[in-house]
Amino acid sequence: MTKGRVVGINGNMVTVEVAGDVTMNEVAYVSCAGKKLKSEVIRIRGRLAEMQVFEMSRGIGVGDEVEFTAELLSVRLGPGLLAQVYDGLQNPLPELAAQCGFFLERGVYLSPLDEKKEWPFTPAAKPGDTVTAGDALGTVPEGIFSHRIMVPFQFREPLRVERIVPAGSYRILDTIAELSDEKGNRFPVTMTFTWPVKRPVTCYRERLRPIEPLVTQIRIIDTFIPIARGGTYCIPGPFGAGKTVLQQVTSRNADVDIVIIAACGERAGEVVETLREFPKLADPRTGRMLMERTIIICNTSSMPVAAREASVYTAITLAEYYRQMGLHILLLADSTSRWAQALREMSGRLEEIPGEEAFPAYLESVIAAFYERAGLVRLRDKGTGSITIGGTVSPAGGNFDEPVTQSTLKVVGAFHGLSRERSDARKYPAIHPLESWSKYPGLIHAAGTEYARDILFRGNEASQMMKVVGEEGTSLEDYELYLKSEFIDSVYLQQDSYDPVDAAVPTERQRHVFRLLFTVLISRFDFHTKEMARFFFNQLRQKFLDYNGSPWRSDDFTRYEDEIRAFLETKRSGEDEEGGRILKQLGGESEGNPS
Amino acid sequence: MKKIYSRIEAIAGNVITVHAGGVRNGELAVVRSAHGSSLAEVIRLYEQKVSLQVFAGSRGISTGDRVRFLGHPMRVSFSADLLGRIFDGSGRPRDRGPELDENMIEIGGPAVNPAQRIIPRNMIRTNIPMIDLFNSLVESQKLPVFSVSGEPYNPLLARIALQAEVDLIILGGMGLKHDDYLYFRETLEKGGALNRTVFFVHTASDPIVECLLVPDIALAVAEGFALQGRKVLVLLSDMTNFADALKEIAITMEQVPSNRGYPGDLYSQLAARYEKAVDFSGAGSITILGVTTMPGDDVTHPVPDNTGYITEGQYYLKNGRIEPFGSLSRLKQLVNSKTRADHRALMDSMITLYAAFKESLEKKAMGFKMTDWDRKLLKYGVIFEREMMDLSVNIPLEAALDNGWRILASCFSPEETRLRSELLRKYWPSREGGAD
Ligand SMILES: Nc1ncnc2c1ncn2[C@@H]1O[C@H](COP(=O)(O)OP(=O)(O)OP(=O)(O)O)[C@@H](O)[C@H]1O
Ligand SMILES: [Mg+2]
Repeated sequence: MTKGRVVGINGNMVTVEVAGDVTMNEVAYVSCAGKKLKSEVIRIRGRLAEMQVFEMSRGIGVGDEVEFTAELLSVRLGPGLLAQVYDGLQNPLPELAAQCGFFLERGVYLSPLDEKKEWPFTPAAKPGDTVTAGDALGTVPEGIFSHRIMVPFQFREPLRVERIVPAGSYRILDTIAELSDEKGNRFPVTMTFTWPVKRPVTCYRERLRPIEPLVTQIRIIDTFIPIARGGTYCIPGPFGAGKTVLQQVTSRNADVDIVIIAACGERAGEVVETLREFPKLADPRTGRMLMERTIIICNTSSMPVAAREASVYTAITLAEYYRQMGLHILLLADSTSRWAQALREMSGRLEEIPGEEAFPAYLESVIAAFYERAGLVRLRDKGTGSITIGGTVSPAGGNFDEPVTQSTLKVVGAFHGLSRERSDARKYPAIHPLESWSKYPGLIHAAGTEYARDILFRGNEASQMMKVVGEEGTSLEDYELYLKSEFIDSVYLQQDSYDPVDAAVPTERQRHVFRLLFTVLISRFDFHTKEMARFFFNQLRQKFLDYNGSPWRSDDFTRYEDEIRAFLETKRSGEDEEGGRILKQLGGESEGNPS
Repeated sequence: MKKIYSRIEAIAGNVITVHAGGVRNGELAVVRSAHGSSLAEVIRLYEQKVSLQVFAGSRGISTGDRVRFLGHPMRVSFSADLLGRIFDGSGRPRDRGPELDENMIEIGGPAVNPAQRIIPRNMIRTNIPMIDLFNSLVESQKLPVFSVSGEPYNPLLARIALQAEVDLIILGGMGLKHDDYLYFRETLEKGGALNRTVFFVHTASDPIVECLLVPDIALAVAEGFALQGRKVLVLLSDMTNFADALKEIAITMEQVPSNRGYPGDLYSQLAARYEKAVDFSGAGSITILGVTTMPGDDVTHPVPDNTGYITEGQYYLKNGRIEPFGSLSRLKQLVNSKTRADHRALMDSMITLYAAFKESLEKKAMGFKMTDWDRKLLKYGVIFEREMMDLSVNIPLEAALDNGWRILASCFSPEETRLRSELLRKYWPSREGGAD
């Protein structure tokens, strides 16, 4: 094993004089006051290796001993990852608390997986089979999933199954199979292996284009700026605009198998909410607890910065592992800006030539490489799996014209921009409907959403004009357009995350409600005065909000819908022809009566 | 006995460099010069070259001065003897009391394990309607007052400190004007709170490095008390001075600035302090109320901006009032459902109407015709500002809620408030009719 000694310390960067070979991104331990502190090699110059220490560097001295491990920074994969709460280096936080108490003690690294737990294993391969990286050797049940025990991803060549254990209970470190290569080398395989976090897992057959909508049950997203399974999206927004709340509701309601939450450099308190609530919240899809299909990677803002950088890679690697089992994973990273800042801090210590706002010049390629690890793939067994990445961005000063936002926008498939104006007005989710965009198909026929978007756009123009010329100077027609756009906003774009019913709107209901909304949008009215028009829309809005708050297909739901339609008729004088044609395309039940 | 080094090789800004062996990162040393002695902290090491940040500044230090390493990092004495005492940024008494050296604890310790935190659940009452009713302060919250300089933010802090139901108050003053420091002391003394308060005060005329130590020292002490089960309120005024001290030192250390001269780790530095706010499961809590003055009333300035990203909301102090817009307590929803049934709905309704008032005001200023509705709003806005926003209003939450209903009833008819009918039936004052 290569050894070295500390020659310099600058913040969390330690310079080490090495006797022997070192590898880039190799893990090493710095001995300090009886503790071994985990570190990673980030630059090598001659005999000197520069390392980032994943812990507080207080107390390290020149001359301290360093042991290199010859391993890259890796995570441990295997059954039992679900429902875990890890720090950025995959240290299980509840176990750490049980051992160390209130504070994060440095130099304590626990096994990420329970090594004593017995798993009921069912073999899927038999002696004589030819297998390769990512192929299933067997399965164990993990929560609601059948967890595939796979050939470790390192074995890229075809191997022969020599021996496999019969069905029964095994622990993760028990050998469950023996594989051999052409030369006759034998490899014992257990239910767990490690994989370097910065290397993408690519044991699939091919990548596919993400086109299937990933339903979040948030109307403005699913209808107007959808995301796709295997796609990527970002949520930039100023502080307090609602990025975290948006991710929290998405983590509960999104239609995926597994959610991985990477709390990266944000508040500990926010993780605590998830941590304490998810074990008690039932997942409407499965009836089991939400926590059973969730993994939390949490490296909050006061935890060591270097581990923050590692945390997003830890998260994506766990996602890749589960994707390989044919599952659909959503990775939510809050906030990618904190990760970028961790890069910036290290780059500064390395005295690299700074780019814009002192971010390193390679920021853009690092961000692109991260989002590239998302994707829908066809596996070798013909099944598919996907990773969708949604990252928040916290731009300095709330100004999107900064390096992290701009680099992210270049690579993602959808942009959900939060606006200060909307959050100040308490219009949640504060996603700006006109500035945001998506390249993915949504739940609703595009002609319908385009029509509605056009009203939003023209209504917004009318409203801008009105600020200049006043209500008196605005034509009744423009005024009506303005009221319609406000109506879309208040009954459809805005959604109350804290209301038990309104918080999550499933596909069927969204399509249904959109058709009703559309019927209003294409209606022509015979208002005589603006006062009358405003009064009408106020009433209609009130009814629609009550409707949104009623459980799907309940008596109230039907009653409110009937009321809305009847009320609409009192002032309706006809409809826009083009709109009428589109309404037919929107399909579904006959437009008159939902029941 | 540690060796004494007497050859200072370089002096730049507040940083000196000596040749020494066996020194550890973060270790403390005493620098003795003709002008007295000062503590210094090791901030960088390279072979035998040791860089130290001198707390009292490098003015008057000569290359021949002596440096003695102490073998431990920065510490503070922690015991009940601290109560009622006043110290400077490096923990030396500022009052005439004795130096304390018992039970020394390290400052700037490790973060709390998130798995050991609990969801905040207790409201801290302040009797200020703009806080209690509209942006409730919650135990273990970290929250700054965003303010233009010249606003009465220190009186606001002092008042909250006196009225809040907490066990202990720790005041960390950074770049505090001497008058403000005296004001705090007198106010807390008059309010009978001095014997449950500890002061760590760095005034504008003290050495800059000591400014950097104030939050860590104050929070280390707070943590000590919280672990003993006490509810501690930490007041930090003014965190912009702390950030400016960081900037100054980063520049002397020739770090590449990221934004308007501030170092790239400003976020992490601020977060390391604010994140000390905590509710320990099975012990006490730390609530942090800070002041962040905004240069040029600009919220996008790096200090308020980074602070906003770290803290759990903010109180926006403007024209002597806490603004309803711009102020946001992110934890309010955790407590305001448990106070009174009308709390949330009334809060939403009154704010929506106040926003409408602002619009009418704008329309009026542009010379547009005022409708009946506009006139009602104009009346409402004036009353709202006088009876809710004015900082001199000092009433319990329940009285503020009752008054809220009275204000609504004096300006609007029930349906105009958009409040649900059941609440209207229960709370709408019966004497007054609709608008008059
Ligand atoms: N959908 C919503 N419904 C109701 N309130 C919301 C919603 N979204 C956000 N809020 C309010 O705004 C506050 C701030 O939201 P959030 O914490 O998500 O902001 P953020 O964008 O993540 O900010 P930061 O960048 O500082 O982390 C919440 O505490 C809540 O009071
Ligand atoms: Mg957030």
